[in-house]
Amino acid sequence: MRISSIEELRSVIEKERKRLLSFKYRVYVVSASCTSPRDTSSIISAFEESVKELALSHKVLISPTGCLGICAMGPNVRIEPGGYIYVKMTAEKTKRVSTLHLAEDRPVKEYLSEEVALFFKKQVRLVLRNVGRINPERIEDYFAMGGYLALAKALSMKPSEVIAEVKRSGLRGRGGAGFPTGLKWEIVARATDEPKYVIANLDEGDPGVFANRALAEGDPHAIIEGMLIAGYAVGASKGFIYVRSEYPLAVRRLRLAIKQAREYGLIGNNILGTDFSFDIEIFLGAGAFVAGEETALIASIEGKRAIPRQKPPYPATHGLWGKPTLVNNVETLANIPLIISKGSGWFAQFGTERSKGTKIFSLTGHIRRSGLIEVPLGITLREIVYDIGGGIPDGHKLKAVQIGGPSGGFLPDSLLDIPVDYESLNAVGVIMGSGGIVVYDETTCMVDSAKFFIEFCMKESCGHCAPCRIGLVRIYEILDRITRGAGVKEDLDLLEKLCKVVSKASLCGLGQTAPNPVMTTLKYFKDEYNAHIFEKRCPAGKCPIKRS
Amino acid sequence: MMNKNRLVKIYVDGKEVLAREGENLLKELRRLGFDIPGLCYYEKASPRASCRLCLVKIEGTNKLVPACSTTVKEGMKIVAFDDELEEIRRLILDLILSEHDCDCITCEKNGYCLLQDLAYRYGLDEEHRLFKASLRRLPKDTSSPVLIYDPNKCIRCGRCIAACEEIQGKGILSFAYRGSETIVMAGIPSWSDSLCDGCGECIQACPVGALIEKPSVGKGRIWEVTRIRTTCPYCGIGCQIEVWIKNGRIIKILGADLPPNYGSLCVKGRFGYEHVHSPDRLTRPLIRINDKLTPVSWDEALDYVAKRLNEIINKYGPDSIYVLGSSKATNESNYILQKFARVVIGTNNVDNSARLCHAPTLYGLKAVLGAGAMTNSINELEKTDCILIFGSNATETHPIIGSIIKRAKRRGAKIIVVDPLCTELAKIADIWLPIRPGTDIALVNGMMNYIISHDLIDNTFVKSRCEGFEELSKLVAKYDLDKVEKITGVPKGKIEAAAKAYATAKNACIVYCMGITQHVFGTKNVIAIADLALITGHIGRKHNGIYPLRGHNNVQGACDLGVLPDVLPGYQSLSDPNVIEKFEKVWKAKIPKKPGLAVTEAIDAAIKGKIKAMYIMGFNILLTHPNRDMVERALKNLELLIVQDIFLTETAQIAHVVLPAACWAEIDGTYTNTERRILRVRKLIDPPGEAKPDWWIICEIAKRMGKDIGEYSSAKDIWDEIRLLVPIYSGITYERIEEKGIQWPCPSEGHPGTGFLYDAEFKTPSGKARLIPVDYEPLIEEPNDEYPYLLIIGRSLYHFHTSHMTRRSRPLREYVDSPYVEMNPADMKKLKLNTGDCVRLVSRKGSIELFVLESSRVPPGVLFTTFHFSETPVNKMTDYLLDPISKIPELKVVPCRIERVENIV
Repeated sequence: MRISSIEELRSVIEKERKRLLSFKYRVYVVSASCTSPRDTSSIISAFEESVKELALSHKVLISPTGCLGICAMGPNVRIEPGGYIYVKMTAEKTKRVSTLHLAEDRPVKEYLSEEVALFFKKQVRLVLRNVGRINPERIEDYFAMGGYLALAKALSMKPSEVIAEVKRSGLRGRGGAGFPTGLKWEIVARATDEPKYVIANLDEGDPGVFANRALAEGDPHAIIEGMLIAGYAVGASKGFIYVRSEYPLAVRRLRLAIKQAREYGLIGNNILGTDFSFDIEIFLGAGAFVAGEETALIASIEGKRAIPRQKPPYPATHGLWGKPTLVNNVETLANIPLIISKGSGWFAQFGTERSKGTKIFSLTGHIRRSGLIEVPLGITLREIVYDIGGGIPDGHKLKAVQIGGPSGGFLPDSLLDIPVDYESLNAVGVIMGSGGIVVYDETTCMVDSAKFFIEFCMKESCGHCAPCRIGLVRIYEILDRITRGAGVKEDLDLLEKLCKVVSKASLCGLGQTAPNPVMTTLKYFKDEYNAHIFEKRCPAGKCPIKRS
Repeated sequence: MMNKNRLVKIYVDGKEVLAREGENLLKELRRLGFDIPGLCYYEKASPRASCRLCLVKIEGTNKLVPACSTTVKEGMKIVAFDDELEEIRRLILDLILSEHDCDCITCEKNGYCLLQDLAYRYGLDEEHRLFKASLRRLPKDTSSPVLIYDPNKCIRCGRCIAACEEIQGKGILSFAYRGSETIVMAGIPSWSDSLCDGCGECIQACPVGALIEKPSVGKGRIWEVTRIRTTCPYCGIGCQIEVWIKNGRIIKILGADLPPNYGSLCVKGRFGYEHVHSPDRLTRPLIRINDKLTPVSWDEALDYVAKRLNEIINKYGPDSIYVLGSSKATNESNYILQKFARVVIGTNNVDNSARLCHAPTLYGLKAVLGAGAMTNSINELEKTDCILIFGSNATETHPIIGSIIKRAKRRGAKIIVVDPLCTELAKIADIWLPIRPGTDIALVNGMMNYIISHDLIDNTFVKSRCEGFEELSKLVAKYDLDKVEKITGVPKGKIEAAAKAYATAKNACIVYCMGITQHVFGTKNVIAIADLALITGHIGRKHNGIYPLRGHNNVQGACDLGVLPDVLPGYQSLSDPNVIEKFEKVWKAKIPKKPGLAVTEAIDAAIKGKIKAMYIMGFNILLTHPNRDMVERALKNLELLIVQDIFLTETAQIAHVVLPAACWAEIDGTYTNTERRILRVRKLIDPPGEAKPDWWIICEIAKRMGKDIGEYSSAKDIWDEIRLLVPIYSGITYERIEEKGIQWPCPSEGHPGTGFLYDAEFKTPSGKARLIPVDYEPLIEEPNDEYPYLLIIGRSLYHFHTSHMTRRSRPLREYVDSPYVEMNPADMKKLKLNTGDCVRLVSRKGSIELFVLESSRVPPGVLFTTFHFSETPVNKMTDYLLDPISKIPELKVVPCRIERVENIV
């Protein structure tokens, strides 16, 4: 079972690739958190039954797979070759698909949707390359896609060469802050203290964001391979994947993936017959949003309360148990195998001058085609909302787009043409964040929306530093009285002042960005505040204002 | 490398200043006069960076930086004050005030509250605050015996949590809940459900009124009180305390930020002061009339004592009188006491309670090294690399040293604990050697055998600084580890690991206490330990030494000042004519040259009728001496028993004359702590009733006996005489130790004192240390069929010795107020006993009845109890077996059996 050389790896890959191609059809039924497990299993068993009846069992592979992204039209089934995606599938519909498509090579047009093509047209699937194309519970499927060849290649390079390649690619941290990944690796590699650790951050806590989850559920080995390469590059031999415990399926698939990789000798001692040894452990979070902040996450692994600490020193030099620690988001890590196997030059063709590659977003809210998307950086928000998302449904008008999670900001229609890259977003007062885009139509009250997100951050504040702990409560109280029609003129100045202090003085990213929804709505939707305060009126008609 | 002593240029608000490189920026800026506000920074713990008031701008960073979490770097350009920063600080303060119960009117902290000061400085009166307070009015936690936590006043700075974890090494406190619901919690649901032992480090760290001393509530606030610094009266560490006094009463005690404790205290030191004002204090002299102790005037009492002593001297000779000094009394009083014995009575029959604790240290360390005292300073322990602890439950008996050991561990030092009990230190130890009681010599010899045979000795040190290595190595070679494992019960691998860790550490220290000394082979135990330190070269350098932990506040001083039968003050020899001449000149009297008896021998002598009278100053011998029956017979056999004390102790109750003494809070003087540091004791209040300072009483008796003991109008007069006669103390004046104590030897006023001994030579005649081989011998009394358990006798954190002081302090009583015996759960199961059941412990000598407590820290076959409780005098069980060298009795262990009883009478 153990693969102890690159040659052995190549032959396993070849064998698995041949196995997949030996099937006439491969039926991938989405089995992920976006689809109810009952739907998935009834569709799979219905397919199995009908294929058996048609005596196609040896010719057709029926397999679970990860989320395809078009969850709004789920349950989805993808059939290869051909990449046909059936939408809104049921067990009943499988019979026709089997008899027509699988037996007679005639795709069932009624179950397909034109919207699927539109949804995917502007997307570039690099990180999600295997999601929806493999069974995430079989490492052999990952092999069939050339899995772990990037690790083999990296192990044939010097660690410094691996780092140089990552640096050249221009990859930046996908957790939100956008720190250059190669530079971070270099700092950890140069730190003299030992041992070193690699932590994959899968504590995706933004409400409505499920990009990391989909990745872990759909292609866990991409994360593991990325971690192994990172570990080799920085000189670590131990890694942790910090997963929130609210992601049971992701945890199960990651555990299984680690077990399988260990059985093949891809985790453990002397990986692929080299001197490199690396072990990976899964650590479950306990439900605190702030635990996704890297220093809080480290404290949590150390068995302490997840409270962020002042940086510097950064985890790269003083991390887990005080040792040099590389903390990367799982999406960042899943980019690594691609960069190593295809080269930094290839990777750098995607994206903009300073923001390379792609980014996965959860597209939600008042939008026709909600779901999970991967787009090249530099795409505009308008393209995302209208071309991919299909615009606002039910004849409504767009009012705002929120990007960056609960501490992201709201942008008005007039700013939808800015490119989605780190610098352009910061310039208009919002952040890339970990991948949330929420679309709001004109029925939304912006003051109420700001209050909603402030309440989230207020409740998730760890309570350690004064500006965040108390400041957010005071901001919430002011917004609350404005939405109740009790706001006064001075509240606007006070809000501005408070938001400025909370964002400038707070210790960690949570507090520093929490006021963004208020600051951006004050900036772009000031008239709504004015209406609440001076006219005692909620333009969207959402707030329970009592007229005096 | 950053060098904290290097001054570098930095620029603050456009001014060029010199700051210490690598030092905390906030600390440096404040030192340089930039008064940057802050609430959460606590210099003794790591920075929290939570209040965000010390944010500054540093050129080159685009974010505001908390100065408390930044280190000084050369060339830094800092903006400490500008309009923006001040506005941010003002707003944050405003926010903090909005979640704070600003009821300063009744707040204990009114007048020394950091938040109050800052609100005042920033002019944040009600009118100028932007936010209305929105308090949740949470209930206070009043469950702890010593403190009250008020979450409505808590500013969530986390200083208490850092203090508990980083300074005390306890880690009991934590934040609970999150966001604005955050509070500090010790236990679930309340404070008293935690392992909090009441040291109060958190109270001392709290910048506001969220954590306050429970016993002090309503007693007085800072502007109403007099604050005086003095020395804690409990253990030998000599913690510096700041005592708050109002209307002649102590209302609060804080730790003073000075060596050796640097602000920390234990629960006894901080909360064990109520005995001072106890109605039980002795306030008038008492004379036994018609077998009843009856109050009399001082004149009557003093005349009576003088007359009776003279009669006894005349009738039986001076050596028929025995004088006992007090390890709790000052240096000055003890000096006067021994002078009284030698000059007024004319005998060397004088001793102190060191006989029952560290006499083996005096003799053992003196024989090997030249002086019977701790070789190094307490604070050196914190930065050593390995601490080897023998028979010391330091977290309970010497809590501040316990916390220093925990801090050393935090820094990365290896901790090795040799103890039959799984003490708190054993729990944190890297290696715990659960030794069979009384087998330490075999263990140490085994370790030395391993060290020598693996060539881990410090060859240079042994060659140049020691004598007798050949004999030592010949003897320890007999102790192969298989044999040692059999004797000690400690697995061989652990012994090897401990020996290797200690020998190979760059710096290493040995700490030991009563588990080593209170045996009939106590002196040999000490010698073996000294040998171990010597062959590995772990002595004579900073962070390398031997730490005998002295029990009483002034047991070191009592010994230093000659309250011993065989030496004069300063350990000067009775047989050296030059010494005798010096003393006789100053004392203007002849000194008896024949050494006196040890107190343990005097008991026997009293029974035999050779000792006719005893003068006991502050020593409850009836409870502390082994074999209660024998001591009682001895004391009752006396023609005259005089007890001078602060309470009517068990010993005083059978005396003929009882003289009321002033206690530690009522006198001036000095104590010498366990690290040889002379510390000031200051008069805080007047003594109750007619109680008088010990030295005054003795001088009055001397005068009335018609003898010249000297003229003293104050403790300082006595001190100046001590300086004249005791070279190790000569350089120490009251003025020099006004602030910080100085460690002896300090031969001249220009001398800084001595942090560690033996840097160049040992105080032996040859200047070299004498390695002395000692052989293991078994306990005289081992457990047997009739007495299958071995009872270990020790102490509890909450009480001190016979507990006359601690049981008169309510908070301590709330923690522990009844005697108990700890027993292993397996043994309890075997005997079908449950916690709280009444049992009788029976030894060959006697029995006591008490409650049984399930405790996994004692191994099967071993029991543990304390000697704190007069209702269960454990000395009823112990026998009178003496170490032939130091005359210390076997106090540590006694075989016994355990029987269930229905009720405790």
